Amino acid sequence: MNGLTIAVPRGALFTETLDLLERLGIGTAEVRANERRLVFPEAGLVTMRPSDVPTYVEHGAADIGITGKDVLLEQDEREVYELLDLGYGTCRMVVAEPEGENAIEESIRRLGAVRVATKYPRIAARHFADTGRQAEIVEVKGSVEIAPLTGLVAAIVDLTATGKTLVENRLVEREEIVVCTARLIANPVAHKLKAAAIDELVARIRSLDGVVA
Amino acid sequence: MIHPIPPGTRDVLPDEMRELRALSDGLRSEFERAGYGEVWTPTMEYEDVLRRGDERAAGAGYRLFDEHGQVLALRSDSTIPIARLVASRYQDAEPPLRFCYFAHAYREVHRGSAQAREFLQGGIELIGPSAPEGDAEMVALVSSALEEAGLRRHRIGLGDASLYRTLLADYGVPEDERMPLLERLSRRDLVGVGVSVERLGLPAPAREVLTTLPTLRGGPEVLERVSDAHVAGAIENLRACHELLADRGIGDRVIFDLGLVRELGYYTGAVFEVYDPAVGFALGGGGRYDDLLGRFGRPLPACGMALDLHRVHLAQAAEERLAREEAPA
Repeated sequence: MNGLTIAVPRGALFTETLDLLERLGIGTAEVRANERRLVFPEAGLVTMRPSDVPTYVEHGAADIGITGKDVLLEQDEREVYELLDLGYGTCRMVVAEPEGENAIEESIRRLGAVRVATKYPRIAARHFADTGRQAEIVEVKGSVEIAPLTGLVAAIVDLTATGKTLVENRLVEREEIVVCTARLIANPVAHKLKAAAIDELVARIRSLDGVVA
Repeated sequence: MIHPIPPGTRDVLPDEMRELRALSDGLRSEFERAGYGEVWTPTMEYEDVLRRGDERAAGAGYRLFDEHGQVLALRSDSTIPIARLVASRYQDAEPPLRFCYFAHAYREVHRGSAQAREFLQGGIELIGPSAPEGDAEMVALVSSALEEAGLRRHRIGLGDASLYRTLLADYGVPEDERMPLLERLSRRDLVGVGVSVERLGLPAPAREVLTTLPTLRGGPEVLERVSDAHVAGAIENLRACHELLADRGIGDRVIFDLGLVRELGYYTGAVFEVYDPAVGFALGGGGRYDDLLGRFGRPLPACGMALDLHRVHLAQAAEERLAREEAPA
């Protein structure tokens, strides 16, 4: 695409991102057909985990990329430019605790702090600090929903789209921290040296119906 | 046995050291030839003195107490120390004054970010000449020094730190709303800038200017797109700087970037960044700081630029590799 290298997130944003690229005239059949292949130089695409997108873009290994706002908030030290809210992939970062208990409140009242498990330690720590509560953040890599069920923590901070996983694990949402959508990001140097190509892409995305929020 | 060193610091062994030394020797002789004499200032300064230049002490990350309980800080750049040096050691000297330096500076790092805690800067300071002549002289010198160092494709980003601030003030944006917005702008969170601007309840033309300005990049034609009278002076100055650079034959090196705001708080006018297409991060930057010397009691206009030598070295290596690949076998 205009000689730009685009970092494409696999995972929850993958299909909608490919649909968007398709609408911009970038052929994605190869990408869809190849589960294992990660680099598609002919289309200017590199696929990766969403949380790796800012890393590749920051270092200029990709000129632009698409990833979730949750990833950008968690990696807020990355030097990347956030160009567009793409409006899809909506999900919410929430605080949840086991139903029927006031685990967070009770824990803070009696123990002075609440233990919170999350895959997003910075967002969680910032949220509790901003709301004037002490929290011990426990970072986990996998299914965070099981952490309160096993007694590891009193509550969790996690991303939810439908709320189904929470319900299935008998967790209830207590607070919404932030709503996250897919974002278009750019490498700072490419943003200047490839300004025309990037601006053209941004203009074309803006002109599509129902994309930019 | 392996003994650790702090993250963000590094050992340099002879092969790399030779190359780094050749790079800094080359830059130094370019700077010296142009009349910029090399100075050295202490690695640590009194924190109070740094704070006089910038309330955040230019982001100094490391402080210690001396034997009298005074707070010392490791310098995070060389500009404030040189402003101090000019005020105290050149009290009566006639401007212009030209200095260069090659020195380490120190900043705090984020975990896992591969940022440097200790980094080697090579830079110049030009004290006395106002914009745009001073700005153009400095950019031209840095550009020719980089050319000399083999960065044939380098480019200079040029913006003005006062543009956005002036607009916010003139549109009557409340003081406490300005900082968060400028902070979003400096991170180029354009989505966040858009949301914040929307919330200010300004008339449509003002909203349009505030959201469009950070996206204006390119040749001198982008200056035509800013018609707001409040910033006419700053825009005119950028145009004049470009003309002076074009006269010196390096007009094509310049990319205007009207959303460029460097992090440091002391810039008052033009700001610069240096890029090379082979690497994804800025190699250095600088700008005009006409109020800084005055804070040390020697009110003089001034500007300066610094290169991160390790990054320039990376770019040198990348350019060499590309040149080899392009060369006929």
